[in-house]
Order: sequence, then C-alpha cells, then structure tokens
Amino acid sequence: MLTLTINGKTMNVDAEEDTPLLWVIRDTVNLTGTKFGCGVAACGACTVHLNGEAVRSCSVPVSEAVGSNITTIEGISDGKLTAVQEAWISEQVPQCGYCQSGMIMAVSALLNENPKPSDEEIDQSITNICRCGSYPRIRKAIHKAVKLQGEA
Amino acid sequence: MAIMKLTRRKFLIAGGLVGGGLAVAYALGDSVPDNKALVSSAKQGEYPLNAWIKISKQGEITVAVSQAEMGQGIYTALCMLVAEELEVDLALVKPEPAPVHPVYANVVAIMDSLPFSDGHHNGEATAGAWAMKQVGGLLGVQATGGSTSVRNFWEPMQQAGATAREMLKQAAAINWNVRADECIAENGIIKLKNGSKSSTYGDLVEQAALLEAPQNIQLKSVNARKIIGKSQQRVDIPAKVTGKAEFGVDVVLPDMAYAAVKLSPVFGGTVTDWDENAIKTMPGFIKAVRFETGVAVIADSFWRAKKAVEALPVTFDSGTNVHLSSKSIFALFENNIESDDGRSYSDDGDAKAALLLASDVHTATYKAPFLAHACMEPMNCTAKVGDNDVEVWVPNQTSTLMSWIAEQTADVPAENVTIHNTFLGGGFGRRLETDYVVMAITIAKELKNRPVKLVWTRENDIQHDMYRPAALAKFSAAINESGMVSAWHNRVAGPSVTRSFVQRLIPAADTDMPDNTTSEGAADIPYQFENKLMEHFPSPTAIPVGYWRSVGHSYNAFFTESFMDELAWTAKKDPVEFRMAHLGEHDDFKNVLRKLAEVSNWGSPLPAGRGRGIALHESFGSIVGQVVEVTIGPNKELSVDKVTCVVDCGEVLNPDGLISQMESGIIFGLSAALFGEITIENGQVVEENFPDYDMVRLENCPEISVHLAPSGRPLGGAGEPATPPIAPALTNAIFAATKERIRELPLSKSEYSI
Repeated sequence: MLTLTINGKTMNVDAEEDTPLLWVIRDTVNLTGTKFGCGVAACGACTVHLNGEAVRSCSVPVSEAVGSNITTIEGISDGKLTAVQEAWISEQVPQCGYCQSGMIMAVSALLNENPKPSDEEIDQSITNICRCGSYPRIRKAIHKAVKLQGEA
Repeated sequence: MAIMKLTRRKFLIAGGLVGGGLAVAYALGDSVPDNKALVSSAKQGEYPLNAWIKISKQGEITVAVSQAEMGQGIYTALCMLVAEELEVDLALVKPEPAPVHPVYANVVAIMDSLPFSDGHHNGEATAGAWAMKQVGGLLGVQATGGSTSVRNFWEPMQQAGATAREMLKQAAAINWNVRADECIAENGIIKLKNGSKSSTYGDLVEQAALLEAPQNIQLKSVNARKIIGKSQQRVDIPAKVTGKAEFGVDVVLPDMAYAAVKLSPVFGGTVTDWDENAIKTMPGFIKAVRFETGVAVIADSFWRAKKAVEALPVTFDSGTNVHLSSKSIFALFENNIESDDGRSYSDDGDAKAALLLASDVHTATYKAPFLAHACMEPMNCTAKVGDNDVEVWVPNQTSTLMSWIAEQTADVPAENVTIHNTFLGGGFGRRLETDYVVMAITIAKELKNRPVKLVWTRENDIQHDMYRPAALAKFSAAINESGMVSAWHNRVAGPSVTRSFVQRLIPAADTDMPDNTTSEGAADIPYQFENKLMEHFPSPTAIPVGYWRSVGHSYNAFFTESFMDELAWTAKKDPVEFRMAHLGEHDDFKNVLRKLAEVSNWGSPLPAGRGRGIALHESFGSIVGQVVEVTIGPNKELSVDKVTCVVDCGEVLNPDGLISQMESGIIFGLSAALFGEITIENGQVVEENFPDYDMVRLENCPEISVHLAPSGRPLGGAGEPATPPIAPALTNAIFAATKERIRELPLSKSEYSI
C-alpha cells in the first residue's frame, strides 16, 4: 500500500512501486480526466502537477509521487473555472479534446511559474501533441489567459 | 478471430461498400421519421417528438446525434440546425449519441464514394447514386466519414426541429381552442399571436408527443435565421476543459477488468506456441487469452495486464510476408505501373498519341509513403459478454457496423447487442475499422458477465493500423507554344483502400473492381486539358490499408498539384496565372484562386531564402486553396512561416467551426508532409511511437489565416478538404525558395530539418 495525496485528498492505493502514476490515477483512483497517449513522455496527454510542477505521469513511478501534492485536471478549479480554462472556452480551443487536459495542466504550470511568457518561452515549454491541430488557438488562449490573470 | 457469416443482409452491405463507401443510407421519405427510435432511450418525464428530439416536462431539449463527435464539432452543428427551427437558444439544447437505428443512416457518404459517380460534377444526378440511395434506404448504416455529416443531416435536422415546433404549436392550439397558425414559437414558449396566452415547451410536450407529425412543414426563411450561418460556441467544449468529457478509454464499470495485448509484429503472422503458466502468479493476473494473431492478458488494472503480457512467452509464425519491405512494395508499384493493366478513370482526347507527337515531354515520378492515423486516444473497446447478449462501449465512427460485428463475434441475437457510443479522441478514418472491437469481444468472452476494457498501447496502435496507402505516380505532359498543357498522362500505382476494407469485413467478397479512392484528386481535377488520361494500376500488398483523413486525395493532391506547379515553371508562367488559364468555365475554382492570390499577397516580393507556394484542390465537395510561405536556412533548416487558406464549401453552417476544421486539416497534412512515414522492413512496421512518428507541435506550427469564399455551390464537407493541398503548397514554396523540387514525402527524406 502506498499513500498518495491527490487533489488534496489523502488515500491509500494498492500498486507496485514501479507502476506509472498515470495508471494509478486512472485505474485505481478512477480520475479519468488525465489521459494516456504514448506511455513514453512524448505527447504530454498525461500531464499532472507534482507540487505545482508539470510532469508526464506516464513516466513517473508512483513511488516518486509519495509525499507530493498531486494535482490532476479535476483538481485545478474549485467550482469556478481557472483563467486558463476560461481562455480555452473563449478561444474555442478543443476539438476532439483528448489532449486538452494535458495541455491545460502544462499551460497552468507554465503560467504559475512565468505569468507572462513570450512566444519563444511558450514554444519551449508547451511541447504536448494535439492531433487535431488546435495549436493556433492554444497560442491565442495562452495569451488570453495571461490577460485574464492580469485582470483578476 | 471471428469471421462474419455471409448472411444476405451483410452481403448487400458489401455491395454497398465496394464503391469506397462506408455508409449506406438514411431512409429518405417525405416526412420526418417518427419517434420510435427514441422511445426506448427516453427517461421518465421525457417525451420524444420524432426520431431526433426529446423534450422533458422541465423543458430540457435533447437531440439525438447519430454522428460521432471526434473533434469536428458535429454535436454543435446538428444541434444548431434543430435549435434554429425549434426557436430555442443553442445553449438549451443538449446532444446525446443516437441509438443504433436505420433512420440515422448516412446517405451522402455512400453517394460520394460510388465508383461510377463523378464526384462533384454530377453527384446525386447519376443513376448509380440514385440506385444506391434506394438500396441504402433498406439497409441504413450509421457512419461518420467522408466529410458528409452536415451535408447529409442539414435538412433532416432542420425538418426534425420544425416538425417538433409545429407539434408543440398544435398542442397549444388545441388547449386554447384556436388554429395552430394563430400560435407562434419563441424562446422555448408557444404564444398566442396576440400575446394573451403562453405555454412552455415543457408544459406542452406530453400532449404534443401524442399528435401525428404534420406534413409539408415550411422551414424558416434564410432571412429569419438567428443561429445558422453565425459562429456558435461549441456545445462539447465545457466538458473538454474540465476532464469530464468521457472518451471510450474512460469508461469505468463495476467489477471491470483490463486487457492488454501482444500482436504478431509481422502482418499475417500467427501464434504457434505460448506459456501462459509463466505469468500466472504476476500481480493482478486474471486470465490469459490466445487468439489467432496474438495473445492477451486480463488483469485487475491495465498496467498489470500490460506487464504480464510483455512477460508472456509467445512464439509467432511470421507467415509469408516476412520479406516484405517498403523497398519491395515500391518496386512492385514501379513494375505494375509499366504494365498494361491500368484502370482508366478519366480519358479526354488521346493523351498517349499527343505525347508521342510532342517534341518536348516533361516527366516526373512522385512517391508518398504509408501513414498511420495515430489518433490521440489509442484504440480501445470495453465489452461485456453475457450468456446470450453483448454490451460494447466503443469510440467509433460506425455504430451499425460495430453492432453487426458484435453480434457475429459474441454469437448472440441481433436484438441482444447494445453499442454505447462515447466521445472519440480522434477518428480520422481509423475508427471505421472493427479490428479492436472483434479483439475486445473475443477476449471478454473468456470472462463471461464481466466487463473487460481492452486498451492498445501506442506501439500497438502505430504498428497495427490500417494505413494510408503508399503510392507512386508517373506523369508525362506536353506544353504547347501558347504555354498551355496540351497533353497530360498521370499513372498512379498503389493499393486500394476499398478492396482492403471490404476484404477485412467479408473475406469471400470479390474485390477486384474500380475504387475511386485510388483516383480521387487525380481523375477529377478541374483543369481543362485537351488530352487527359488518368490511370490507376492496382497494386495490393499484405499491408492493410484504410481510410485516412482525405483518403486518396491525400496523396493525389500532392502529386497533381506539384506536377502542375512544375509545368507552370517549365512554361515560365506564374503558378497562379497558369492554373487560372487552365480552369475553363470553373468560375468557383477561379473565385477561390483569385481570392487566395489577393489575401496571400501573392506576387509581392520576398527576401532571399524565402518562398511562396500555392495549391488548389477540391475534395468532398469543397474547394480549398492554400498558399504557404517558408524560410529555408543555409543547411536546409525549414521554417513553415505562414499558411493562407481560402475555402468554398457552399453555404456555411458554423463559420468558426469551419475555420477550426481548416486549421485542423492543414496541421494534420503538415505533420504528414514534414515527418509522416510508416516504413516496412521484414514484414513489419519499423516505427513504434511518437519519437519516431513525429507530429507538428506548437513550436513548428505556422501562423494560419482562413478566409471563407462561399460562391453558392452545393454544400461541401469541412473535416477533410483542408488536408490535401497543404503538402503541395509547402513543396511548391520550397521550390520557389530553393529551386529544389520535392517529389517524395516526407520532407525529412530530403534532409530538411524542422
């Protein structure tokens, strides 16, 4: 048994230590907003926060997450949408939507660390794959979220 | 694996499928289909008014959407059409997946893909198309593909909304003892015209549901529209920013088990031996399953199933395809293309004779590789097989086909099959296939009455796809003294998607027949040449091929629009003017081209190292023109700076939705042009995952601007038509910048780095 703190809740999970955090979140805890895309940290669909930092949970053994605050897409807003989520709606970003949990988690972590990233910094930081090609809207939505956060 | 039995009904479907079609038909009649299809799905207090609309006593409006939502925004599009006629705000309409029922079938998909149809030029007017519509009406297949959803459902959805509106008016009229035409519908309320009385839809629906659907209903006039033609916020987006949207892979059921598979790496290989005892003590192990092409482990979590199946000792017999390679496949194409076995799809004048007489013949050879779909959501399917029933949760593009496959594989009566549709994490044609559904049910049969969720890894997905066919084209053309193409001969060799698809479905079917997915985008180009011949040289291989976003257009547009560009440069003409000069009476194409030249600043000077390229292509009833601007560094560092796109798809339902589909199609095609290649070595796929099957990301995504140029053409599609022109527009831009002509994709083959 391992003890994890996910979205502020502490829980015991039955999993081998080398199980990727992704599968514990999805199959053991049934928080399915975090997605499986590649299993090799290449696409970012599984992005969650460990103590506020974006990580690709398909490649983080669950044992490494013990003692950290794990935040998933389900845990980023308390009833009210975040600026990033609002911007995602106003710029009409998602198409199939499968990659967007990971995108939103990656962007949220970026903006926490760097509230006004340049386009170059965005390019370097947000390397997630979207197969529907929502990138032009993602870029606009990031700038919009920066604005919304500034207004808040 | 189960093989479908050849019942008469299913054999007729094969007949329907041979044209390259996926879907058969919507039962076209003079009135809106009644509410029978929805009665079973209606909850307490909810009343179906026809096959598409349910309204609850609280006034909640639910629209049954038969089309798969895979990112294209169809939930929004179809709800818009209903909301418009029903006189309600779009926000008040909730979509839900329609049940599997013939009334929801898609007729445009089949009509578009007939071997004897002439694409956009004749469309529905051909006798074959008409006949297929009648046959299709008897069969009724629900499918999402071929960029057909809005085209097929525009009028039926409007009719459904209008019929419901009139029934609500009638109910109010009876209550108030007035004529229905004295009532008006407004914002979910029926009012008496003089304003003295009003009732909400919720108050009226129980009575309205008992009325007979009225005939010959007048749809709203174009001027009275409030929703159609205006950009709307997508109805599915709120759930997609909170993680609440449920995709197939997210299905969670009580007592659910998980399955992972190991499949023969070589196409056609089979399992000859295994040692299931070796893994029985692994954590969470439930059961191992052996089937023809691979093995599965069922465990209490996906990760444990995956670990166990990786540890499971298996011996495969590679079969007869072990020597197959990309090289041998292209050698086959080269060989076939020189044979006399070409199938002619377009033949004007006498191109061969004209070329023999020409003093100067320009020739070129083009190649396009196999491609995988790589949907973000890997293939998955959850199945629960009972004693005499089967229940399936599957993100799919054709629930009718899935239900037939489930019936056959589980060997249960048709009426005991339930298919649950979910959101699709991408489709692109991959989810028209049934392989992963057959696999899931085969595995779940081993664990009766317990749901089993099969999830493929990304490696399973990349290595066991139904690929976009590789293809080879050889062109010969002559240009006369006025700089016009006097003869054009295009030979294309490659496998047929339709043949491969039908063979998978019905192995006994005779599939050696014309397939216009091999010629689309090559035989039906708009350019007027005095002598034109387009031939396809069927070249089946053991690599399974399938429908990949824009299908044959995806490679034929690269071939034809690149070669057209070569001819323009050879004739020393501006590529836009050269195209314009060959467009004859096609005013709609000229309109797109003119607009594109204008909005892209075509002809304005660019600094050294930069280039601009153009491509113009019609597919799925829509004309799309694109101009790409590139910058090339001294060591072939390529930057795709900007894409300008002009589209004419006829009347536009949701402008922002159309723009997003253009952006999406461009980036999808760009990923393929830059990086996309599935390589075959030793009968298997070399690539495994995104690191070696890469995609465009934010950092290399160009700026994209989309312009709409509706000309009044009939409705065209939106999901696919932006994909075909991007590759040739890009390589034409590279030529303009460097004078290097790219004749083989992807660009990484020509040593460009991105």
